[in-house]
Amino acid sequence: MLRAAALLAAALLVASAAPPTVNDAVLAGAAAPATLAETGLFLDGGATRPNARVVPYGLATPLFSDHADKARFLYVPEGKTARYAGEGLLDIPVGSVLIKHFGFTRADGNLDLIETRLLVHQADGWKAWPYVWNADDSAATLKRAGARVAVTGHDGAGKPVALDWQVPNVNQCKGCHATGNTLVPIGPKARNLNHDFEGENNLTRLTRLGLLTGVPENAPRLPDWKDANESLERRARAYLDVNCGHCHKPDGPASNSGLFLTWETPSGPHIGIGKGPVAAGRGSGGRMVSIDPGHPDRSILTYRMESTEPGVMMPELGRTQPDEAGLALVRDWIAAMR
Amino acid sequence: MMRKALLAFLLVSASPAWARTIVVAPGDNDQEVLQTALIEAQPGDVIELGSGTFRLTNGLSLDVDNVTVRGAGPAASVLSFKGQTGAGEGLLVTSDRVLLTGFAVEDTKGDGIKAKGVDRITMDNLRVVWTRGPHKDNGAYGLYPVEATNVLVQNSEVVACSDAGVYVGQSENIVVRNNRVSFNVAGIEIENSKHADVYGNLAHHNTGGILVFDLPNLPKMGGHSTRIFSNTVVDNDTPNFAPPGNIVAEVPQGLGIMVMANENVEVSSNRIEGNRTAAVMVVSYVRPFEDASYNPLARNVRIFGNVLGRNGWDPKFPGGAELAAALGGGLPPVLWDGVTRFGDKPDDTTTTPASDAPMVSLGLTVAGTPPSKAQPAPVAPVGASAALAAVVLPADQPMP
Repeated sequence: MLRAAALLAAALLVASAAPPTVNDAVLAGAAAPATLAETGLFLDGGATRPNARVVPYGLATPLFSDHADKARFLYVPEGKTARYAGEGLLDIPVGSVLIKHFGFTRADGNLDLIETRLLVHQADGWKAWPYVWNADDSAATLKRAGARVAVTGHDGAGKPVALDWQVPNVNQCKGCHATGNTLVPIGPKARNLNHDFEGENNLTRLTRLGLLTGVPENAPRLPDWKDANESLERRARAYLDVNCGHCHKPDGPASNSGLFLTWETPSGPHIGIGKGPVAAGRGSGGRMVSIDPGHPDRSILTYRMESTEPGVMMPELGRTQPDEAGLALVRDWIAAMR
Repeated sequence: MMRKALLAFLLVSASPAWARTIVVAPGDNDQEVLQTALIEAQPGDVIELGSGTFRLTNGLSLDVDNVTVRGAGPAASVLSFKGQTGAGEGLLVTSDRVLLTGFAVEDTKGDGIKAKGVDRITMDNLRVVWTRGPHKDNGAYGLYPVEATNVLVQNSEVVACSDAGVYVGQSENIVVRNNRVSFNVAGIEIENSKHADVYGNLAHHNTGGILVFDLPNLPKMGGHSTRIFSNTVVDNDTPNFAPPGNIVAEVPQGLGIMVMANENVEVSSNRIEGNRTAAVMVVSYVRPFEDASYNPLARNVRIFGNVLGRNGWDPKFPGGAELAAALGGGLPPVLWDGVTRFGDKPDDTTTTPASDAPMVSLGLTVAGTPPSKAQPAPVAPVGASAALAAVVLPADQPMP
């Protein structure tokens, strides 16, 4: 009783003396909390108002997820900072959290939430915690085994589409987030953050707010894949890096294919040019090589991007719809190759 | 609540104190129940599949070391993926020291059971099948360990893969024994792998029975040291139904055993019969490639002591009929492309297979020369014998 009273007094003291803080103890725990609210990452149950040191960011070239809209945040605990570590992933300290809301924007401009995925950096590595929102977006609960959610989304033309939304289970998280056998973030690469988001460069904002250090002048940038001022080559390679490169890299889940679609891969067989399939099976679509320069319709890459059939479509996870705009870009890129 | 109702946790006295047996029975929420069991398993646990058909709607995955998934037998416990809407395979294993035994996987949209980047994986007494039979839209591989070490695939049956029934790729230290593979494009394929023993298998009614390949532009190349012995490779007669583009789409109908671009391969004591193209084919990789570290030649292949029935009476590759006619109506048991060099490299004297059975060389000399340029010539049989040591799996390889 005494202990409970003391805790209550302490809690009241905190509440009156300082704004509520993120619940670092919960985030460091072995078991994921049953609800997103318990993390304290947001000030409200609907997770629209980020807590202190929970900073929104955006990516120049994002992953396609059935046209869903996303809101991303980085939390770095007080007293710690992430470090710029080259153009790839930021070096994000233990205790930090990457937060990604998925949903479709309603007429009022707010996100109709489907799920929120956390990547929590604990002392023994990153942990993936998927949370699924209830019908009125007032609470999100943990779903370690994933879930299927009936969602009304839209297609590339904005037409409403009924989606069988798959919330990934924790193993499927690793299906994209594995490097070697270790779970790592994918999105917050410095080059993909080095862009304006809501009026300020992400890296500048994170630095200004004390979450990031070490950003050099003239840091490299990944192109915005929709930026018509960029070359077709750079736009297509940015798109492939973000949408495919997390698996198709030498230490990624698709390593055995020998097809490496990362930004760093030099042009040649490993990016798919003249490269035959290895374990594609029917995914080859009867085409002989991943990329046949000048011939998108003879390239396995476009065949698998067009498909919505499991066993054929790429990426394997995270979409049920084709990304027409991304496909058009990759087609144009291959068509222009000589 | 449903999950709790279907999962029973039992202590097994023979296992370490912390190991549990988690019993999962088919119900009306198989995907979530089974996937939850696979996620919540602890090292040492046994997940026991009950009898009946589990109806899966997505891929399953296991990422916990030292777990056994045991069914009530490959005819009794069936994982049906007919309603699968996602994932590239039925079951994906990414953890070490896993034993899969006694269940079936049916009608996956992609591969059957894949184990990637793992150590000490054992696949035993499994059945992987596409129930509609051979079809180009069937999954590529049935049992599919890749980038793995210490691989044991045994006592299993795989039917109707559009690529290979048992496919071991980019792996090391491999035993594939006593399996039955039929109506696949390739029955068993060892690709870009080192130290494999393939024995006691029955490969029949595939397009090709047993294949040993090495392909370019892959993270792991330089496949070598495979022994193919004491297998029954008969009546491989299924027309090739692989989607073009895949390397096995080039396997001619009616092939017994094929070695392509590999090194130190022994083919011995097999019974090979009823394969219309050839009993044994030894060839180089013929497609153009851009990879300085790749060797497209077949080197140090030894063929001896096989029991050879009727083979090679109707070779199903371009120019095969003309070749058979020129050789008096059929091919000798061993067909070699006669390729001894590639690019601007000198001749490699280890390319001539040592065969104690009659062999014909197509005399193509340089890798990539089209078969239309063939200058067939018989090669006299020579004595050949075993040189490779047996593959030894670690003492703690999971065993049923």
